[in-house]
Amino acid sequence: MSQTKRSEVKKERRSFLNTLLKTGLVAWVASVIYPVARFLIPPKMAKLNVSSIEVGLISDFPKSSSKIVRFGRKPIIVIRKESGDFKALEATCTHLDCNVQFKSETEQIWCACHNGLYDIEGKNISGPPPKPLAQFKVDIAREKIIVSQMDLS
Amino acid sequence: MKIYEWINERVDISSIKKIALKKRVPIFYGTIWYYLGGVSLFLFMIQVFTGILLVLYYQPGAETAYESVKFIISRVEFGWLIREVHSWSANLFILFVFFHMFTVFFAKAYRKPREMTWISGMILLLLSLGFGFSGYLLPWNELAYFATKVGSDIAGAIPIIGDFALRLLRSGDEVSGATLTRFYGIHTALLPGIFTVMLGLHLILVQVQGMSVPPEIEKIPEKERKSIPFFPDFALQDAMAWLIVLNIIALLAVFFPWELGPKADPLASAPAGIRPEWYFMFMFQTLKYIPAHVLFIEGELFGILLFSIGGFIWFMVPFLDKKAHEGIRTPFWTWFGILLIIYMIVFTAWGYLT
Repeated sequence: MSQTKRSEVKKERRSFLNTLLKTGLVAWVASVIYPVARFLIPPKMAKLNVSSIEVGLISDFPKSSSKIVRFGRKPIIVIRKESGDFKALEATCTHLDCNVQFKSETEQIWCACHNGLYDIEGKNISGPPPKPLAQFKVDIAREKIIVSQMDLS
Repeated sequence: MKIYEWINERVDISSIKKIALKKRVPIFYGTIWYYLGGVSLFLFMIQVFTGILLVLYYQPGAETAYESVKFIISRVEFGWLIREVHSWSANLFILFVFFHMFTVFFAKAYRKPREMTWISGMILLLLSLGFGFSGYLLPWNELAYFATKVGSDIAGAIPIIGDFALRLLRSGDEVSGATLTRFYGIHTALLPGIFTVMLGLHLILVQVQGMSVPPEIEKIPEKERKSIPFFPDFALQDAMAWLIVLNIIALLAVFFPWELGPKADPLASAPAGIRPEWYFMFMFQTLKYIPAHVLFIEGELFGILLFSIGGFIWFMVPFLDKKAHEGIRTPFWTWFGILLIIYMIVFTAWGYLT
């Protein structure tokens, strides 16, 4: 074998080994990072599939009052209007997720965090909220207030 | 001296001593700025020290965090003092870091060859804000709960990775006890580790490259410039500044305690007058006045975009302000800095007054 050929073979062998080493390194880094990244993402909690909840008796709600209750994992706000009617809305502001509050003087829903304002129907009327609050259905059966998911149909 | 000799016989530390003794501090109208970095360093050391003490009693968890902080401030001897010092020193730390940053900016100390010092400083600033944000939640009070809800929801609005970032921060879909555990880990293990390494790099760069002077001073021939040795002259002045700061913290801790407030309740409305920590106030106030939709993008996203671009420009100043390397002040960058300070002060004041 001539001298040049031998060095060529050597070069080839070197670049082959280099590629092998680099690939191995990448594979090794990936095999470390992947489980760590997966570890950092919390496991999905089972969805609490709630279709309706009981929030109390009519007598628990004086006119122009409100209460925040849990609906599955999400808080919702149940309001009794001045007129005596009930209204249930998602309680977290569509802007940045703060819990809203019912303003009885103006019959509006207000978020203290960034001054977002909704009307009593949950429509965003001023401030930063980009969307209205999600609606829930309120039924009254034998003095009991039952809040349920809106029919999507 | 014997110990020094003993070590020096085995490892050569005389070279370190030589470097330390050679270090000089320029004397001019801006010498006082040189205290700011040192004071920030001192405040960080107080944070490490008081933080370690608090860890000995604090218990993360939705049912225990608030109660354990209450226990620290009411039952543990001098617990109130340690917690107050930790809170006050944290706030002063951010304040001094800002002062330090702006004096560096106006002295154009980021110009070649100190670009890396600026970048490492910027990373330290981001980590410091991360310390503030994660530490704020730990007492698990009402204000902390909603501040974290808002802060993590902003992360959730980032395009593409938003959902992932939100779940990563909250350790779930909602701010809960799991979030608290995660923030505790971030605040007491992850951030201190990264911060210490970054701080080491930042300090090494300062030592290796020496103290920077503004371009105007640099133009004076070196022989005519005044300076004093770092050891012992400036080190003693530094020590005096640190002592004054420590006394101020003690006074603030005793006379202006931080309220713990009511415990976090996921079913309570956000209270009127809720606000974030003062150093996030200018951003908070800006978010308030961005309308729901700007052109075709959501206001929330628009805000993120605005602050990301602004932050990125600030990060990259050494590479954008090319004239600074020749020792020239361009009106554009001077006004950029001045307007930024005015914006931050006005919006912060406005946030507190309305």
